[in-house]
Amino acid sequence: MKQPIYLDYQATTPCDPRVFEIMAPYFTQVYGNAASRSHAFGWQAEEAVSNARAQVAAAIGAHEKEIIFTSGSTEAINLAMKGVVDMYGKKDGDCPGHIVTSLAEHKAVLDTAKHLESLGVQVTYLKPDQYGRHSAEQVAEALQDNTLLVAIMWVNNEIGTVNPIAEIGKLCKERQVLFFCDATQAVGKVPVDVEAAGVDLLCLSGHKVYGPKGVGALYVRRRKPRVRLVAQMDGGGHERGMRSGTLNVPGIVGLGAACEIAVRDLEKDRAHSRALRDRFEEKIFAALDHVHRNGHPEHRVDMCSNLSFAYVEGESLIMGISGLAVSSGSACTSASLEPSHVLMSMGVGDELAHSSIRYGFGRFTTEADVDEAAEQTIAAVNKLRELSPLYEMVQEGIDLSTVQWTAH
Amino acid sequence: MAYSDKVLDHYNNPRNVGSMDKKSNDVGTGVVGAPECGDVMKLQIQVEGDTIVDAKFKTFGCGSAIASSSLATEWVKGRTIDEALKISNTEIVEELSLPPVKIHCSVLAEDAIKAAIEDFKKKRDAGQ
Repeated sequence: MKQPIYLDYQATTPCDPRVFEIMAPYFTQVYGNAASRSHAFGWQAEEAVSNARAQVAAAIGAHEKEIIFTSGSTEAINLAMKGVVDMYGKKDGDCPGHIVTSLAEHKAVLDTAKHLESLGVQVTYLKPDQYGRHSAEQVAEALQDNTLLVAIMWVNNEIGTVNPIAEIGKLCKERQVLFFCDATQAVGKVPVDVEAAGVDLLCLSGHKVYGPKGVGALYVRRRKPRVRLVAQMDGGGHERGMRSGTLNVPGIVGLGAACEIAVRDLEKDRAHSRALRDRFEEKIFAALDHVHRNGHPEHRVDMCSNLSFAYVEGESLIMGISGLAVSSGSACTSASLEPSHVLMSMGVGDELAHSSIRYGFGRFTTEADVDEAAEQTIAAVNKLRELSPLYEMVQEGIDLSTVQWTAH
Repeated sequence: MAYSDKVLDHYNNPRNVGSMDKKSNDVGTGVVGAPECGDVMKLQIQVEGDTIVDAKFKTFGCGSAIASSSLATEWVKGRTIDEALKISNTEIVEELSLPPVKIHCSVLAEDAIKAAIEDFKKKRDAGQ
């Protein structure tokens, strides 16, 4: 079977061969435990880790002492949110404090928030605007006297919308509330600087930036203010006591190299993916009617195109474009039949949410890939609209919102 | 997720796609489902005497929903109305090897057949 064209760069990226090459010796030759202080194997591993720490810190404008290596963003999110509540939450009384987050956050943030709610924490879930974006004013209105943390993502993983992080950061500084930002989809796609953005805690992940899977980092501010966290895993006290567990040296080396390349090649990568994305969208909009773009028209990352093809159901469309590796906003494959929570939170509506496909264009995507993707998509949409009773009704001039459906 | 060969076949070569004149007295039309649930089926039958001589469908839905309705049009053709009413969703599930999460697609196809027959009967009774 011919491999499909990979256009799911938001889900994960291939490891850049340059990164893999740098990692390789740390599996077989430099295999020491970075915590071993008594011999050269350990010293070499520690040196590699400290070099990677500096690379990650430089990529986000942080100091190397502010970087905690984790297994990825999910772990970093858990550590940041639970660690803050455990450290700063009120110990007496029923409610440890209040958190402000967004309905459009990744499940890792939402589920952690739900867990904290079960422990008595009060959580405000902000509804984004129709483009999936939040304003600092909206966050300001949600702040309370007992607010411990604001958790808003930099770039949304489904629609690519970019939040005004520096404005939210400034607000949080003024109100002396900690600000945690999930930057998993931001690093390598937009400039990320924790000082300029006023972020106190920030997470990133290796496999979203052409690095390896299973490794990520949490930035923890150490000055103005010094942020402290209660560790969520007991053990040997690695990572300044915040994250125990033997360091994943090859992974960390890969993360460091990947971050360095991501920052060095940022403008090149952006221009490349923007050209491809624009080429793709031009072809789609020229050939098809009733296509809706999900996400912000300007404030979105260059590599993302989330489109709803009205009157065509997402899963059947995925079947029709079997030569493309993409994701659908419709989760009809699960028993719940729930469309994407992000699109729903933006008020996109069930119908268009069921009809959405997310395309991602990355470092290794070619013009030929894009042309093929557009061609397959156009053919499949046309075919499925031939089959669609909804498209037929619309052609006949029927307003679908006036039809009495038999919901099941 | 993996689809059965029969679902893929119906998806790639759907049978009896199209529309009939829903105002015609010998045509029964059934539209079931809702766009917000992710599937809508329209199934139409043309009846001579008591026998379904032709059937057409259009479906908005996943591959299994398309296959279920495509199969339903094949099965009702040539049957009498009473025979067609006996087609149950479990037969469709078996024929297409639908997984549990896709059983609702077969239920919808059964409902579509019943709705089309009901529509036809209503017209026939009104005409008498």
